[in-house]
Amino acid sequence: MKRADRGFRKPTMPLALRRRNVLIGGALISALLLISALAPLLAPVDPLEQNLRHAFQSPSRDYPFGTDQYGRCILSRVIHGARISLVEVSVAVGMAMGIGVPLGLTAGYFGGRIDQLIMWTLDIIFAFPGMLLAILIVSVLGPSLFNMLIAIAIFSIPVYGRLCRNLTLNIKQMEYVEAALAIGAKSYYIIFRHILRNAVAPLLVQATLTAGGVILTAASLSFLGLGVRPPTPEWGAMISTGRSYITIAPHLSLFPGLAILFTVLGFNLLGDGLRDLLDPRLRGS
Amino acid sequence: MGRYIARKLVVLPIVMIGVSFIIFFVVRAIPGDPARLMAGTEATQEQVMAMRRQLGLDRSILFQYGVFLQGAVRGDLGNSINSGMPVVGEISRRIPYTLQLTFAALLVASVLGISAGVLAAVYKHSWVDQGVMLFAIIGASAANFWVALMAMSVFSVQLGWLPLFGADTWRHMVLPTFSLCVYPLALIARMSRSSMLEVVKQDYVRTAQAKGVSKFVVYTKHALRNALIPVITLVGLHFGVLLGGAVVTETVFSWPGVGRLLVDAVRYRDYPIIQGTVLFTVLSVVLVNFLVDIVLAAMNPRMRFD
Repeated sequence: MKRADRGFRKPTMPLALRRRNVLIGGALISALLLISALAPLLAPVDPLEQNLRHAFQSPSRDYPFGTDQYGRCILSRVIHGARISLVEVSVAVGMAMGIGVPLGLTAGYFGGRIDQLIMWTLDIIFAFPGMLLAILIVSVLGPSLFNMLIAIAIFSIPVYGRLCRNLTLNIKQMEYVEAALAIGAKSYYIIFRHILRNAVAPLLVQATLTAGGVILTAASLSFLGLGVRPPTPEWGAMISTGRSYITIAPHLSLFPGLAILFTVLGFNLLGDGLRDLLDPRLRGS
Repeated sequence: MGRYIARKLVVLPIVMIGVSFIIFFVVRAIPGDPARLMAGTEATQEQVMAMRRQLGLDRSILFQYGVFLQGAVRGDLGNSINSGMPVVGEISRRIPYTLQLTFAALLVASVLGISAGVLAAVYKHSWVDQGVMLFAIIGASAANFWVALMAMSVFSVQLGWLPLFGADTWRHMVLPTFSLCVYPLALIARMSRSSMLEVVKQDYVRTAQAKGVSKFVVYTKHALRNALIPVITLVGLHFGVLLGGAVVTETVFSWPGVGRLLVDAVRYRDYPIIQGTVLFTVLSVVLVNFLVDIVLAAMNPRMRFD
């Protein structure tokens, strides 16, 4: 029986939950949050605890993901790595939004020379391949988790700046903004009360979509030795260590890579689903 | 069309100068004294000072930028601190390897991605469509260096079909190309599918179908040409992403390209090499984007009047 033949039916679940992408992505990200919060309880042993007698063990009942070259439990390290990934996403996306959004709001709202200047600056940053700009910045600041996140945030700024400028330009033309202007509302009031409030949803969707990219870039930089350094259980750094032992113990790289895959997949699915949800043209499909 | 190209050509040197300006100043901010690095750890204060004069580091920063720009135009980017060889020579020896890898990955990603995307759109909601979309979403979520290592583990270590490292024969290219193309392939497949689905809804496609044109001709001649416009933009943008990604892939496979040269230079703080490789890469990206704009304008006359 076709959907239309069934007649009107009251939706039993909120719209968001009826979309497969949002559901699967949300579940994966919830799992990440839960694992991060409960890491000390979930991890069988301390992620830094060495046991050289148990080095290079394949996955077994004692060590479900096996052990690395120092006999450290890979499962415990992957679990603790979830915390670092969450820090990476929140700090990098937070910094990029914190700078990109005010720039976009200013450019879009005031227009003219300010707009041109901001957009030129953002366009020049955008001309650099993200990974390359990040390497360049890390080589100036020195390799560390925080410096790597600054580098990732800098090349993500144009994404938020451009999006926020376009949103501001659209919202600025709405009647409620004109009405606010007509009753003499101040610029900052209109920007914060009307424009920013209405731009929040698409900005959050963008944040979810960029989160996956942040994790991949952070992992790549750590893999190159320009981000988090060993022995910190960061997934990219763990894969980097595994590279040296790929011929004898591929499980050293396999599991942290799968953790990255599922986390990025979660953010991508959630972002995609939320974006479709916000787009009324796609809502019925 | 001529006027459009001329307009773009005017902007091109401005962007290039802007980019070189940023790279020059960022590289100057790298901690450590390049003169001391070049003179060596055992050099006396006088020797370091002499090196500073020789490198022009005792002049104002703007003067130094002017000298750098003048040299860059003449093809002189200084010498590597590590090897003492000219930077341009070091980079040009590596360029063929990086371009070979990047273009191979882009070609494979474009051909397979567009074909898979179009097939998924033609057979919408079938198992083909679902398979392509599943690959697309997973391919866009995997770290390329991890894909590279897993492919190495299976095809080189366990099956012994392909070599682990090096760049001597075509067999050395298979795994690096594969691992580098997975991400753009996934995105191109997805974009081709959605673009194609958007285009087949248009009136002119329906008109062609109503005239009795075969499904194959409608899709390949009428729909694909228009559906490819956003896909080509994506492919162009991905050239830069691939050059960035090549840095990691080249490191995994010990591929002697520009990316690996950069990573080694960062480790040894060889700032003339860092400056040269980043400049080369960004300028190639700017140039490729320029060419993509021209191709798009040739395909879609409306763009020329934007």
